[in-house]
Amino acid sequence: MHDTAAHRVTRWTLRLIVIGYLLFLVIWPVALVAAKTFANGLAPVINALRQPEVIFAFQLTLSAAFWAVVINTIFGVGISLLLVRYTFPGRRALNAMIDVPLSVSPVVVGLALVLVYNGRTGWLGQTLEQGGLQVIYAPPGIIMATAFVSLPLVIRELVPVLTEIGTEQEQAARSLGASGLQTFARITLPAIKWGLLYGVVLSLARSLGEFGAVKIVSGGVAMRTQTATLLVEERYQQFGLVNSITAYTAAFILALIAVIALIIITSLRPSKGAP
Amino acid sequence: MTPSAGTVEAEQSAPTTPAGTATNAGGRRLPRAKSATSLTPISGLGLGIALMWFSLLVFIPLTAVLVQASAGGWSAYWDALTSPQTLAALRLTVGTAVLVTVVNVVMGTAIAWVLVRDQFRGKQLLEVVIDIPFALPTIVAGLVLLSLYGPSSPLGVNWANTRVAVFLAFLFVTLPFIVRTVQPVLLELEHEVEEAAASLGANRLTTFRLVILPSLAPAITAGAALSFCRAISEYGSLVLLSGNLPYSTEVASVRIMSSIEGDKLTEAAAVASILLVVALIVIVVLDLISRRVARYA
Amino acid sequence: MSIKIAGVAKRFGDFVALEDIDLDIATGELTALLGPSGGGKSTLLRIIAGLEVADSGAVEIEGVDATGLPAQKRNVGFVFQHYAAFRHLTVAGNVGFGLKVRKRPRKEIAARVSELLALVHLSQFADRLPAQLSGGQRQRMALARALAIEPSVLLLDEPFGALDANVRKELRAWLRRLHDEVHVTTVFVTHDQEEALDVADRIVVINQGRIEQVGPPDELYDHPTSEFVMSFLGPVTTLDGHLVRPHDLVIETHPFDNAYPGRIERFNRVGFEVRLDVRLAQDDEAPPVLVTLTRAEATAKELEVGAPVWITPVANASQVRITTSAPTSNDSLDLSPADSVPEPTFT
Repeated sequence: MHDTAAHRVTRWTLRLIVIGYLLFLVIWPVALVAAKTFANGLAPVINALRQPEVIFAFQLTLSAAFWAVVINTIFGVGISLLLVRYTFPGRRALNAMIDVPLSVSPVVVGLALVLVYNGRTGWLGQTLEQGGLQVIYAPPGIIMATAFVSLPLVIRELVPVLTEIGTEQEQAARSLGASGLQTFARITLPAIKWGLLYGVVLSLARSLGEFGAVKIVSGGVAMRTQTATLLVEERYQQFGLVNSITAYTAAFILALIAVIALIIITSLRPSKGAP
Repeated sequence: MTPSAGTVEAEQSAPTTPAGTATNAGGRRLPRAKSATSLTPISGLGLGIALMWFSLLVFIPLTAVLVQASAGGWSAYWDALTSPQTLAALRLTVGTAVLVTVVNVVMGTAIAWVLVRDQFRGKQLLEVVIDIPFALPTIVAGLVLLSLYGPSSPLGVNWANTRVAVFLAFLFVTLPFIVRTVQPVLLELEHEVEEAAASLGANRLTTFRLVILPSLAPAITAGAALSFCRAISEYGSLVLLSGNLPYSTEVASVRIMSSIEGDKLTEAAAVASILLVVALIVIVVLDLISRRVARYA
Repeated sequence: MSIKIAGVAKRFGDFVALEDIDLDIATGELTALLGPSGGGKSTLLRIIAGLEVADSGAVEIEGVDATGLPAQKRNVGFVFQHYAAFRHLTVAGNVGFGLKVRKRPRKEIAARVSELLALVHLSQFADRLPAQLSGGQRQRMALARALAIEPSVLLLDEPFGALDANVRKELRAWLRRLHDEVHVTTVFVTHDQEEALDVADRIVVINQGRIEQVGPPDELYDHPTSEFVMSFLGPVTTLDGHLVRPHDLVIETHPFDNAYPGRIERFNRVGFEVRLDVRLAQDDEAPPVLVTLTRAEATAKELEVGAPVWITPVANASQVRITTSAPTSNDSLDLSPADSVPEPTFT
């Protein structure tokens, strides 16, 4: 079509507005954090990372995220298969409910879990703690909170992929004598692997970053139940250069992981195999 | 991510995104189970286990919030909601969320437009940039915004502990939502439809107004609903950034947090129930939209 | 002259879509741009519409130089292969769109929409959405939409390409009748020679960016000026270095003047037609000659496989001499256009 001067002006204006917006909202602020982290050189950063509280916090974060993702993946695959391949009463309701965790505020999540699982007055928590399992103010609670917030992510990836590939391949496998498990392992799993990987990486990024729900559920005791995000909050609010650098360092690491996860996801996209 | 859910995958790199998974109105539609079978014993058991897990993790805890909120009866509930501090927090939260959503409608559509229609070096980088607010831990988001808009800002402003900070925080965390709902729809828009409008005499602006925008409306609405929902839920970025000053910069989620810390669980649950109801309304709205969109296909 | 095209050329990168196109289309005529896919006909149509810009040359519509005008200002109606319906508007909304853009009063729009919907027999669907219509109905809507603005020229880009075979035939006839009623200068693009022969007043054959021949259907079919035109417009077979129509061959079981002797290699009956492959005695290497005749004739002449026969073209048969199509190793590389003629097709 005729590319008039007016078209060109519009295009450039829009381009500049968008880039400017993103620059001032995301790019510059993130770059500043990176700059501030290393403002005093590399040595303080390394020292900050060596603190036992920091090491513990990251270990706790990683392990909680790991377990949350494992749980969500297992249940995610199962629920996705159930939703797509079977009919049962309440199927639509279940599908709608799956999205709830993404719309709920993290503090509400924390509150909800505390109400049910705390040792003093919790509906289930009392019994559990009598039986020896402490959920609130302990790692299991952190894992639950983390699993809650990232629950839908794997499912929302798998459902369309499963719908897309259809059941023909699986039926063919069955007709050739494969058992349910064999069919799943050899036919279904390979077909959904990219969608699954995508959902898992996403889940992981989300789980590593959870703050509000974990804060309520864990109590945030350093070296016990303090995750990396809680560490950032604590250290930022304390005086002293070391604390400040620690806060920024931890924040920087978390941001770095998030960006790496995003890059992985972005590069996975074309090879997702979805038509 | 998103576009695979129900919409047609475009041949260009489909703008999938973390945010996209939940934001695509089309993605929420569970397609009619064409080759679905009824439950076998094993799958029935699997469903049972899944439902149990879901109840233990999500359903029962959320119900507990609602139960706790009504623990003191209707009057206690009402008092908790209408206490001046809570009202202030709710007003601030909803008001800022509405403002941010309006900004997002305009900017989100503009960003999606540039990503789809424009070509320039480094455009791919922008795709990653847009998803950063979704993947970044909220506490880090607060730190990030503080570095440019708080004390020692290179811009010379200091908006920490002001309402502007609340606005900026909401704006940051809701950035991807409308972009990611609109992008796949824009990609799918038939070029010929715009050519048809041109051949019928419409200039670019008229074509945008009468043809493109109506096609985008459902996606924009879906994104707006999610954006609003996300904004009112936001907590982490405000902790460091807004100062959480009562009557000034305290939002609903912070209010809930301080109630919890003060062991006033019923009060906390009351405010939480409001947020839950809004979330529920959003989900219903999204479902309605996706059904309406299906009519046009 | 309704449309005058002079010296139009267009490339897409290295690919030459159109080269040196000169064409005049008379007012009120129904013209077909016919040719194989990728030949340039759609590009030419879009240049006329203003949806593409030519690299060089001029386009004049109804006496006005339209070369620099954008599509909006050309007052042409365009119909797309895949309908390009405005999905969020009703059928009435679609049809009235052009008038709404021109800010006509609501009553006028409603009246005109009504009139057009009656013309295309879609009155009862006025309040439906395009998604609720069949393909054929959507295309009729698209036509009504294009006609609503009273265009000086109506352009259709493979308008029936996306439709089922029988719907295609129906709409084809319907388009012809519509044109007889409305008399708008109409140009449509197609790769289906039957469609062009059936509907058009004049056919423009376009191949590899150039116009091969222009004329009424009969003239193109009976007096093709090139191998390409002949083989594209109808069935052909090769006899003694010439392309000739299989149904223009006389076949007898006894020798006669100037007839070529041969033997029936294959006898194939397809409906009312009989198709024979005749292996000529003079050249065992060449592919057999295709002869078609009616079942009645074949029975009358008692033809069967293996029988010796004699064939020759009918008195006024159109024939085109085949120029060398494949250079031998001794040939110099003389790449004149005549050398790039496609292999004759046997249908």
